[in-house]
Amino acid sequence: MSLDSADVKKIAHLARLAVDEQDIPGYAHNLSNILALVEQMSAVSTDNVTPMAHPLDEIQRLRDDVVTENDQRDHFQQAAQQVEDGLYLVPQVIE
Amino acid sequence: MHQMTIAELAKGLQKGQFSSEELTRAYLQRIKQFDAELNSYITVVEEQAIAQAKAADQRLAKGDAVALTGIPLAQKDIFCTNGVKTSCASKMLDNFIAPYDATVIERFNQAGAVMLGKTNMDEFAMGSSNETSFYGPVKNPWNIETVPGGSSGGSAAAVAARLAAAATGTDTGGSIRQPAALCGITGIKPTYGRVSRYGMIAFASSLDQAGVMTQTAEDAAIMLGAMAGFDERDSTCLDKAVPDYTATLNHDLKGLKIGLPKEYFAEGLDNGVATVLEAAIEEYKKLGAEVVEISLPNSALSVPAYYVVAPAECSSNLSRFDGVRFGYRCEDPNDLEDLYKRSRGEGFGPEVKRRIMIGTYALSAGYYDAYYLKAQKIRRLISDDFKQAFKNVDVIMAPTAPTTAFRIGEKTDDPITMYLSDINTIAVNLAGLPGMSVPAGFSQALPVGLQIIGNYFDEARLLNVAHKYQQITDWHKQIPAAYK
Amino acid sequence: MEWETVIGLEIHTQLATKSKIFSGAATAYGAEPNTQACAVDLGLPGVLPVLNREVVTMAAKFGLAIGAKVAPLSVFARKNYFYPDLPKGYQISQYELPIVEHGTLEIELEDGTTKIIGVTRAHLEEDAGKSLHEDFHGMTGIDLNRAGTPLLEIVSEPDMRSAKEAVAYMKKMHSLVTYLGISDGNMQEGSFRCDANVSVRPKGQKEFGTRTELKNINSFRFVERAINFEVERQIDVLESGGKIIQETRLYDADKDETRSMRSKEEAMDYRYFPDPDLLPVAISEKQLAEVRNTLPELPDAKRQRFMADYGLSRDDAGQLTADRMTADYFETVAGKCGDAKLAANWVNTSLAGALNKDGKAISASPVSADMLGGMLLRIKDNTISGKLAKEIFEAMWQGEGDADTIIDKKGLRQITDTGAIETVLDEIIAANPQQVEQLKAGKDKLMGFFVGQVMKQTGGKANPGQVNELLKKKLGL
Repeated sequence: MSLDSADVKKIAHLARLAVDEQDIPGYAHNLSNILALVEQMSAVSTDNVTPMAHPLDEIQRLRDDVVTENDQRDHFQQAAQQVEDGLYLVPQVIE
Repeated sequence: MHQMTIAELAKGLQKGQFSSEELTRAYLQRIKQFDAELNSYITVVEEQAIAQAKAADQRLAKGDAVALTGIPLAQKDIFCTNGVKTSCASKMLDNFIAPYDATVIERFNQAGAVMLGKTNMDEFAMGSSNETSFYGPVKNPWNIETVPGGSSGGSAAAVAARLAAAATGTDTGGSIRQPAALCGITGIKPTYGRVSRYGMIAFASSLDQAGVMTQTAEDAAIMLGAMAGFDERDSTCLDKAVPDYTATLNHDLKGLKIGLPKEYFAEGLDNGVATVLEAAIEEYKKLGAEVVEISLPNSALSVPAYYVVAPAECSSNLSRFDGVRFGYRCEDPNDLEDLYKRSRGEGFGPEVKRRIMIGTYALSAGYYDAYYLKAQKIRRLISDDFKQAFKNVDVIMAPTAPTTAFRIGEKTDDPITMYLSDINTIAVNLAGLPGMSVPAGFSQALPVGLQIIGNYFDEARLLNVAHKYQQITDWHKQIPAAYK
Repeated sequence: MEWETVIGLEIHTQLATKSKIFSGAATAYGAEPNTQACAVDLGLPGVLPVLNREVVTMAAKFGLAIGAKVAPLSVFARKNYFYPDLPKGYQISQYELPIVEHGTLEIELEDGTTKIIGVTRAHLEEDAGKSLHEDFHGMTGIDLNRAGTPLLEIVSEPDMRSAKEAVAYMKKMHSLVTYLGISDGNMQEGSFRCDANVSVRPKGQKEFGTRTELKNINSFRFVERAINFEVERQIDVLESGGKIIQETRLYDADKDETRSMRSKEEAMDYRYFPDPDLLPVAISEKQLAEVRNTLPELPDAKRQRFMADYGLSRDDAGQLTADRMTADYFETVAGKCGDAKLAANWVNTSLAGALNKDGKAISASPVSADMLGGMLLRIKDNTISGKLAKEIFEAMWQGEGDADTIIDKKGLRQITDTGAIETVLDEIIAANPQQVEQLKAGKDKLMGFFVGQVMKQTGGKANPGQVNELLKKKLGL
């Protein structure tokens, strides 16, 4: 699968990445090469193979329904660039 | 003092031959002296380190010290450290002071270890040469024109140049073993689920595993013992007792069955590396081990499968970096979409963006089955290859990397060549197995690593196998001349 | 042309846990912004989710209650999209392997007939935070307290054919989740909300028409109005030769209309994949059996029992069992006064009316079940008349104490002393000779006149039956 500039723009939008116009052909080239590498997988038949999502064959451990966390808002919000009245601020969301 | 191992330093501290403060100051001095050139640290926390050293000295005086109390360590800048910048070597987190400690950091703190600073790495652990760091490349202490490997290149260089007694690393596709090999040190990536991932900034969650980079297998046993074990905050961290890894280091290797996968000794393997490996295998034969050839037939597919699984998980894991709650935020966003796109576009470097895009594409509607699902099936085949092999052998040995350290800039223009430098390490992550790299010699004055792969949760045996080798060889004791 | 409406509902119900689905932060409603958003909820770098046991138990309870298959293994997936109230850039949800599949719910229509609605699936997921749009110099404020609150999303088959059926289904589902105790069902606080998939097709056509998804419906009244508006709109579009666009539409309760959501216009590609931070969730047969043992009596069974054991009508039993609190309230009242029909009557009329008038939930009723039962007991033992009971109920509602206190304070105790009534009766007989003669002559209607006079004189405290008896005896009738 070879990607062109339009594909790269579409993917970059889906991933919310601003990419400079001048860099797009370079990305298209590199991403196409990576996909060509990846497509070596198709050489092997995988019918009836169970997909492996986890390296270990384990099941989910469950935690008890107990409140263990206290309010650390001020501490956590020191990492944020724009906060007011305890809220994180973003440009207006239009619904 | 800097030439001593953790085991030796711990004895010296406990006997009062030197204090942790003296030791810590000595390392801080070495960092000042050498790191401007090597660039192995992103952050050095001098004051905090000295305070920790003083506390460790008090603990030593009281006699309730453990092996790591007072030992100066370097932490890969991927682990969250409360109150200390945690950048993941990215512009995205250049301003991020972590508000909590990773479980691994918590455990070293409990042991009374000293943190000298945070080591350089490939941005978000995506790279094999440490050249994708926002803070510039790390130099290999054996030849500063070559790369130290990656992504834990800073940790590897720091330990190789003795700018820390030992360091942590993380390994998603070889990021501990490959730089350990390229820098001539010992590194272990334990079984997936052995060490908590809580507080370790995620690259590819089903592959990431924390481990250690040390001078010796004995040090690795001490370090791993301190950081491994159950953590209720990580669903994928198993509730399984941690053995005393130091207790079995000297077990006899007579009758040990070593498998050599023919696929790892095939075309593409550097001659110098091959020669070193042959010599290492001979040493094991002397120790009484039996060597058999095995086959891991799907090895060639590990790189293709990895470059779907890892980018897919990374594309999702890195979505949280959006400029809202932490990290880089672009100037004057026009609207929400602009905030997202520019914060991420400006905050991430090109390799991270490439992987996010590949992963986004592989998961997108219409391509999921052909890429992601296919890769998961290949992953099963690769894992089954190992399961089959371990029915007949105790450990598998192979070169850690197909070549020695390459020159800085040599592979930066072509991601594919770069990706292929992890060809020998990636399959282990896909399967979730433990793997080690041990210094085994030199090729043209650059270190070569021997990779030892074990069965699930068989770290004790890996460390034993590595330790016995280090008892009869001295490759691990070599220090690059400039840093002696 | 005659049109048929096709409706499927997706109900999001918040599960009533103490802590969040993947973190130990509290789920309490109404806290200061971001004070209940811990490191995990904020999606700080390096944090990881660990699943809350209670959430799994609750989903299993629900699955058993609707006769569904509770999956022995279910899987959490990531639904990837960017939105400021979604801190990680993905929502942890279930996609290919949900925890509950293939259940049914029986609803009752207005004409008394019943209909089975299929429940395709129910899956666990985390709620998002909230965006606050007012007053931040043109910016939006993000509160992540709600982020990570456990949700059970219940997806129905497109089995409903009118807004009324949709309302009946939503009410029945609300009743079920509150019965099970897995949700507080509080719709004002958003604990129970729904999206409706609506389409129309010419009557008799087999294929479904193009559907739209109506978002943000948080009351029974709105679900009916939103669907009716949307059905009208779709028919108008089709009849004027247009086409329905598959889209998400927002219901605006103030304007009573649905409108296209511009922000969701772009085709969503959620890139679902199994969450590598979480392992498959297993529920064994043994665990399922344990959950089954904890299941409470469900609405339909309770209704049947009320009809059989208490001799109540289907309607009365239905009204009483619509929610668990009312049913429990009724059973307490009936137990206390020993007269189920009397209890049913009071709960369904006087109490329901008072609650409705004051806009109160039964849990907040000023008259407790014990109080109401106590009062009805006084009717049963002839301490008070039914007429006075209304007055006493009103006084109890105003907080003047229980029935006995009010009876004593206001001197409302019925006069049962024959002598006292006789005295009053004698006076009345003496004062009305003409009426006495007429009564004796067979004008039975005048009985009421005499009883009325006695009641008037005694301030309603005489027992009318007793007055009747005494009068007959005195006049030799």
